[in-house]
Amino acid sequence: MTEWKRRRTAGLRWIVLASVALTCSGCIGVLHPKGPVGNAEKLILINSVAIMLTIVIPTIVVILFVAWWFRASNTRAKYQPTFVYSGQVELIVWAIPLLVILLLGGIAWIGSHDLDPPKPLVADVKPLEVQVVSLDWKWLFLYPEQGIATVNQLVIPAATPVHFELTSSSVMNAFFVPQLGGMIYTMHGMRTNLNLLANAPGEFHGLSSNYSGNGFSGMHFTVRAVPAADFASWLQTAQQSTEVLDDAAYVALSHPSENVVPAIYKLGSPQLFHSIVTQVLPPGPGPVTGPMHLAPAAGAEPPKAEMPGMPKADAPRMTAPATASPGQEG
Amino acid sequence: MLGKLTWAAIPFDQPIPLAASGLMIVVMLVVLVWVVAKGYVPYLWREWITSVDHKRIGVMYTLMAMVMLLRGFVDALMMRTQQAVAFQSQGYLPPDHYNQIFSAHGTIMIFFVAMPFVIGLMNVVVPLQLGVRDVAFPTLNSVSFWLAASGMLLINVSLVVGEFSQAGWLAYPPLSELQYSPGVGVDYYIWALQISGAGTLMTGINLVTTILKMRAPGMSYLRMPMFCWTSLASNLLIVAAFPILTATLAMLALDRYLGFHFFTNEAGGNMMMYVNLIWIWGHPEVYILILPVFGVFSEVISTFSSKPLFGYRSMVLATMSICVLSFLVWLHHFFTMGAGANVNAVFGIATMIIAVPTGVKVFNWLFTMYGGRVRFTSPVLWTIGFMVTFVIGGMTGVLMAVPPADFLVHNSLFLVAHFHNVIIGGVLFGAFAGYTYWFPKAFGFTLDERLGKLAFWLWIIGFYLAFMPLYVVGLLGMTRRMQHYDVPQWRPWLLLAAVGALFILAGIVAQAAQLWVSIRDRGRLRDVFGDPWDGRSLEWATTSPPPAFNFAVLPNVEDEEPYWGIKQRALAEQRLIQEPDYEAIEMPRNSPTGVVTAFFTTIMGFALIWHIWWMVLLGLVGAFATFVVFAWRDVDEYEIPAEEVARLDRERRRLREEALATLRQPA
Repeated sequence: MTEWKRRRTAGLRWIVLASVALTCSGCIGVLHPKGPVGNAEKLILINSVAIMLTIVIPTIVVILFVAWWFRASNTRAKYQPTFVYSGQVELIVWAIPLLVILLLGGIAWIGSHDLDPPKPLVADVKPLEVQVVSLDWKWLFLYPEQGIATVNQLVIPAATPVHFELTSSSVMNAFFVPQLGGMIYTMHGMRTNLNLLANAPGEFHGLSSNYSGNGFSGMHFTVRAVPAADFASWLQTAQQSTEVLDDAAYVALSHPSENVVPAIYKLGSPQLFHSIVTQVLPPGPGPVTGPMHLAPAAGAEPPKAEMPGMPKADAPRMTAPATASPGQEG
Repeated sequence: MLGKLTWAAIPFDQPIPLAASGLMIVVMLVVLVWVVAKGYVPYLWREWITSVDHKRIGVMYTLMAMVMLLRGFVDALMMRTQQAVAFQSQGYLPPDHYNQIFSAHGTIMIFFVAMPFVIGLMNVVVPLQLGVRDVAFPTLNSVSFWLAASGMLLINVSLVVGEFSQAGWLAYPPLSELQYSPGVGVDYYIWALQISGAGTLMTGINLVTTILKMRAPGMSYLRMPMFCWTSLASNLLIVAAFPILTATLAMLALDRYLGFHFFTNEAGGNMMMYVNLIWIWGHPEVYILILPVFGVFSEVISTFSSKPLFGYRSMVLATMSICVLSFLVWLHHFFTMGAGANVNAVFGIATMIIAVPTGVKVFNWLFTMYGGRVRFTSPVLWTIGFMVTFVIGGMTGVLMAVPPADFLVHNSLFLVAHFHNVIIGGVLFGAFAGYTYWFPKAFGFTLDERLGKLAFWLWIIGFYLAFMPLYVVGLLGMTRRMQHYDVPQWRPWLLLAAVGALFILAGIVAQAAQLWVSIRDRGRLRDVFGDPWDGRSLEWATTSPPPAFNFAVLPNVEDEEPYWGIKQRALAEQRLIQEPDYEAIEMPRNSPTGVVTAFFTTIMGFALIWHIWWMVLLGLVGAFATFVVFAWRDVDEYEIPAEEVARLDRERRRLREEALATLRQPA
């Protein structure tokens, strides 16, 4: 009996673990938003699917049923070889998709305007300004008002709207934090806008969602939403960074490098983003070109962590404060 | 002398591409040696390579599509296995190889599988259904095919000599510009597509002309079979859209070759213009692919339900609406560019409107089955599989037409799942349905049904296993084209998707076996009368395979389903129509123009890629000279004497008489 009980508990534990694993696979991604933008977009996604499923599921069922019922071997099915036109049926088959589209079209129109990426979020707090530059192959975040810059990590205060201005140093990328809301392209010489907000402290996965070359897969970053007080203290620490991101350091940073570890800089000038987007600073140079037409071999690999201004993998660095908030389950 | 070409172009240091190219070369050599040793060369040259017969050209297109499907599928398997293993590791494919693979996979599957497959089917079937003897410009047709083959050859040469593009199947700049893609990969992409694209445009012109100007007597527009309507729509789209592709790629080539600045970062170039232009071609392109297979499904569902197509005029209207609307929606491919709320909403709603005629089509197929006698042959299985799968793919497509929803899933594996859902579940299933349905017409024997059904079940299970997980992992925030990843929650779904790919592999093996077994058992599978499925349109009125001239006398069309009408009258009167007076028939002569032109364009393309300028000139002059020689021809037709026509047609009539005797009149 005890043996049986032990086994049962073990079995139960497995079931619990498995269900945690299953539900936990839902803990990330666009269906588990942590901010109002992601919430609203997810709601639209779910609603649209629900509206369409009301048509799609019956249609699939009817297709399968009709095909099965009117099988040639079914003598009970009535053969009607002249049933080739019916005005009523025509009316219905044109009307059904049309009505669905009217409904969805309304959602699309209203949703596009409500959730237009440049539209400021309604909040009592002044938004934090963050400027984003996609480099080959890492993300540069500039905080012009705070005078700092970070690579591959984005620290924001929770419950505060963040206004992003985005551009690219070279090729196209897209800035995407699935749990906070929709993505937007970054393009050289162009400036796009995005507004996001994290409801509560937490860590979120961010990535480039537009393929940009060899180092693309390593081009992800962590977004840390921290309580306002922690954000202030993080800023203080960050502002003491010894490495300065001025124009020269930016140009060096814009050379290709892969899987870059997060780093913090003091921002040389609040005009840096402006200089990049207006092409005062040159676009990222791209891969080193030699006589070889093939992808550079190991020897010709573009400089990695040794570049000036680039943090070394083993060097001590400042990181954001850990955000051990109870609301964050993983 | 040889431009940028050196021995370093051969990937001696990279085992995977080296082995792949080595295998390819060996296979080609073996085939070549076998053909020569068996003495098949004169036969192939006379009957196939120089043939201008639309049926032969169609068969060669289809064969090319199936061979390239293997290549594209190997790429797919490599991607699925790479993503299955590359969790917190580099997997077995380094980025520069992986990036070539997904770029090649997309390019090959669209341009050298889907396109030749549907063009092949249209080539074989459209003239037969229209009741005519060939397409409007038979030699041009051969040139089109050989240009497509030339492009195909170049894209495969890139496997052995140099590299393929690493810029994705649409080669967005600035990544595809010289600065960021200094290798020859993008040049292979550009010239393979330019050469084959020229061929596609000629096909479009050819088939539009054929359909508009060359129908059998009495076949008004509203008596054309549905497949001809959808082919017309598709080819109108080719004529309108492919020049945009050519112009766009020409601009990219000017940037790369002559230092222009259409799409560069510097000097006022603008990548957004490229993205717009490529999708102004690219969106109609997906309808170029799907419309003909909508026609295939219409034919299959009507034939095997033993009923005319339900709502024929409504279907015509739906087809032509899709044809027009497909040009008004391109921006939905980049809502995330930040064009603004009004622009996004307008294009989103325009996209949804396409769902209306598409939905109508699905319902009309449904009502075609309603009241029918559905025979569950493998083409019907593909069709029903398509209907179920396609409404799911259509739903996710409409979902992504809602801009705020698209912001969450754009460029993700959700998107990848969506377009495979419609391209595999739509275009490919349709191509397979058409292949099985018309195979007996082209070759005179049917395909083995048992293996055909097995292939269907393996494919559909494989499809759902491979792509439903990608919807999930897309919702979990995984973007496309990742060579490796660190998020543990993604992994189980990618493993599942890899299993699905193995099922599809089994499906392909079943299809290969089906072809093998069917050829072996062709005696048993012989289509004696030329109408194995109790068909309704004119291709079934002639023998399988049809004679070179298709019809001894052009049939007289009296109703919407011309052959069904002829058949019913014959059944009612228990005799065929009276034997006509046979006359000699003029048919176009075979011509090596196509293959010789393609030989020179291949040289030209290869030389352009490697900057071998003298060879570019050689290829260009050669191709032009071939055209001049062709234009100078004195005799372009040969005559089939009346006695020969009579002999062949009397044989057909004898077989039909036999069939008539065995057929009972339907109740």
